[in-house]
Amino acid sequence: MDKHMISFTINGVDETREVPSNMTLLTFLREQLNLTGVKSGCDAGECGACTVLMDGEPVNACLVLAAEADGVNIRTIEGLASDGKLDPLQEAFIELTGTQCGFCTPGILIQARALLDRNPDPTVDEIKNALRGNLCRCTGYTRIIDAIQAVAQEGG
Amino acid sequence: MADTGDMKTIPSPIGESVRRVDALEKVTGDAVFTDDIQFGPGLLHGRVVRSPHPHALIKRVDVSKALALSGVRAVVTGEECEEHIGLYLKDRYIFCRDRVRFVGDPVVGVVAITDAIAEEACQLVEVDYEVLEPVVNPLRGMDPGAPLLHPDLGTYGVADFIDPKPGTNIANHFKVRKGDVESAWKECAVIVEREFQVPHVQHVPIETHVAIAEFNQAGKITLWSSSQSPFAQRNLIAEALGISQGDIRVIAPYVGGGFGSKAGVSVEGTAVVMARLVPGHPVKVRLTREEEFFCAFVRQGLIAKTKVGAKADGEILAMKTEYYWDAGAYTEYGVNITRASGYSSTGPYRIPNVETDSYCVYTNHPVGGPMRGFGMPEIHWGIEQIMDIVADELGMDKAEFRLRNCLRGGDENVTGMIMHPIGLTQCIEEVKDAIGWGVQEPPSAAHKLRGKGIAIAWKAPAMPPNAGSSAWVHLNEDATVSLGVGGQEIGQGTFTVAAQMAAAALGVPFEWIRISTPVDTKYSPYEWQTVASRLTWSMGNAIVAAAKDARRQILEIAAAHWDEDPEHLDIRDGEVISYRTEEVMSLKNMVVYGLPLPDDQGWRGGPIIGHGNFMPSYVTSLSNETGQGKRAVVHYTTGCQAVDLEVDTQTGQITILRVASAFDVGKAINPDQVRVQMEGGIVQGISTALFESLQYKDGVPQASNFTDYRIATSVDMPDEIIPIIVEVPQDDGPWGARGVGEHPMVPTAPAIANAVFDAAGIRIFELPLTAEKVFLAIQDQGGKS
Repeated sequence: MDKHMISFTINGVDETREVPSNMTLLTFLREQLNLTGVKSGCDAGECGACTVLMDGEPVNACLVLAAEADGVNIRTIEGLASDGKLDPLQEAFIELTGTQCGFCTPGILIQARALLDRNPDPTVDEIKNALRGNLCRCTGYTRIIDAIQAVAQEGG
Repeated sequence: MADTGDMKTIPSPIGESVRRVDALEKVTGDAVFTDDIQFGPGLLHGRVVRSPHPHALIKRVDVSKALALSGVRAVVTGEECEEHIGLYLKDRYIFCRDRVRFVGDPVVGVVAITDAIAEEACQLVEVDYEVLEPVVNPLRGMDPGAPLLHPDLGTYGVADFIDPKPGTNIANHFKVRKGDVESAWKECAVIVEREFQVPHVQHVPIETHVAIAEFNQAGKITLWSSSQSPFAQRNLIAEALGISQGDIRVIAPYVGGGFGSKAGVSVEGTAVVMARLVPGHPVKVRLTREEEFFCAFVRQGLIAKTKVGAKADGEILAMKTEYYWDAGAYTEYGVNITRASGYSSTGPYRIPNVETDSYCVYTNHPVGGPMRGFGMPEIHWGIEQIMDIVADELGMDKAEFRLRNCLRGGDENVTGMIMHPIGLTQCIEEVKDAIGWGVQEPPSAAHKLRGKGIAIAWKAPAMPPNAGSSAWVHLNEDATVSLGVGGQEIGQGTFTVAAQMAAAALGVPFEWIRISTPVDTKYSPYEWQTVASRLTWSMGNAIVAAAKDARRQILEIAAAHWDEDPEHLDIRDGEVISYRTEEVMSLKNMVVYGLPLPDDQGWRGGPIIGHGNFMPSYVTSLSNETGQGKRAVVHYTTGCQAVDLEVDTQTGQITILRVASAFDVGKAINPDQVRVQMEGGIVQGISTALFESLQYKDGVPQASNFTDYRIATSVDMPDEIIPIIVEVPQDDGPWGARGVGEHPMVPTAPAIANAVFDAAGIRIFELPLTAEKVFLAIQDQGGKS
């Protein structure tokens, strides 16, 4: 198997690693970098549990090869809080019970962060549309949408 | 003494919507799920060769090529699996020996150094089958001439309340014979008879099943699994493998969604027998999403034939029901779902004459397991539609008809049990108010029709009569409290309400409680299973008992120290106080190190550990012939939902606008957590009502991904959900609490169907209510459009 040397930024830290050609970014993050907050739910880009940011854009890490991360700035759920301070979305998910089993939560928080970064004042429909690729089986989405709205109203 | 065990006074934080204890770790990615545990380079990967046929005999298995592949460490076949396994009916081998009974049945397990090699090796396994006629419908399964799935049914181990019929495909038959149905029909002004159908659906936890098993050289097992039932897994695997329960350790981290699918034993058994061949190496088996759709449990399908008769004044006199459960290839829980649906077959109605036959029928479909509601969403689909039709034919308002006939405390129910106090009528009234019952609201466009529907529901915990719970509390130096429970956090918030109950019963701040996680059968106290919406009530009682035990020990030490009577002391907010002298003592240090005797003459006390348990003692058996008995179940949780929706006559699409939902939870330990259970349950109910159905072609599953099997997404949720809490206390619940985790999805689908009828004048008796079906029904039935 061919290998590739890649340099990238992960949650603010610069790293250089060798990765096999066929390894997905999801496997790389979970098994090589121990970033297990990134979840695997379908390995087919359908559930959104593995959503991470690549240069600020949300992607399904199961559909990206690790080799494609060369030169890219990656942010995962582990890097959502910074300097010991939670992201307002994390605060709102705690306060408004936006999480139950918690398995979809990392992907949804990352998706929501991407939404608010590109659109700080989304309508409810825009929030729902942004989340349609992130499946949640517990919450019925109500509190997730409430929490994102609450953060948007506070200025993102 | 201010007794915290006095359930009439409500101490803080009972009834307070404190934040979830697991929320912080779940929003940061810290929360550890089973697949997140790192096992290092010794980890091996297991993959399973599964039956491609719904029904066949295994004629030859050749694993030589797979074994020869570099990187393969072991291969297991049915030859190594002589013992049957099963919760209520031991009807399964862990790997098939002579026969396969559904597409996905495990035939061979391959263990390799990487997942990719294991997958490749599976392709090299050769299996010859003799294909048999599959049974793909429970009515066909009932035929005397149908192929038998389990010719050895009569030899299987079985629980004493399950009644399999050897020589048939019937794994259980539960009967109710109450009053005289045939005579009652003659007194009825209205008699309605209908047939309803519910397809198989999948639980779809976002985390697929995963288990890692390891044998040591002494033959002791450690199993890490995403499990709702770590203790039941320990017990069933011990029995199947002939190993002591004491030599199996099950470690169960957070569960990424269960809904019943992670109860009992499924993938875990395969991991254990694969690991047996490679001692010293953990073996991981993780279902792909494709496997999850048909190799894990599915919700059983149902054909329900129901007849209801009522007098002209609206009183229901008689009900006759036949349930044919499409149980799939094996039953695990299906036999008990059959029983529970039988003893709940009237729904929450007072009906003097009842005849019910509930059959659990083996079919060559995936294994029917428990799913949120344990048969109740399936049977209420029919019950609550036929009640609507009866009301219609009587010319009665549908909410009034339900108020007229629904059970109240003191009424005798279908099995002869006298109902405990319930708040069902209050639930109906509250939901009527919230939805604006009787008020016609305009649709949003000319081609749309708007309507409202209502449904009521009941559900009891369905479990063995003696399903028990236990708990311990141990106090740390700073008086923080480690709380040991064996119930599992599957998203329902049980750790949070457990912490609330321990804090309240002990008298310490909520923030001082630490749940001892993960649940680990080696260290955690016994808990039967995290199913049946039973933890708040059952585990809660054990927690209160444990906290009271610790509290008694602390007060005895303090009383001796102060030369007082413990009766005059209390623990409030983490301090011991004397009501007589108003002295105050911090719990810190004394709960571990004790207190000094006067004049340096020694010490009294010691590290405080309290323990407690709970087991219902009053559930009786039911007659095999009549289904009658003094007390079939511990209690019923009841509730009501109403739906306000629109039907697009051009597309058949249903848009749910508002849902109002009220449940009598006895006492809401954490009202916000009760409300989110209702919200999540309703959307899961909407999803099964509008979209979900596992399609088969001659027994072969046709959908195994989220494109072909659609579940509700963010854009499908209603504009408004109104959750309402009703509290009529449960006499033996902690502060009056009873469970509500499963219940919110029970009445959702029929409430939607009733609202569709109100809007469009059409009735659809087979779930789901897809746009296509609705559109065609409007064409065929000539609705209101």
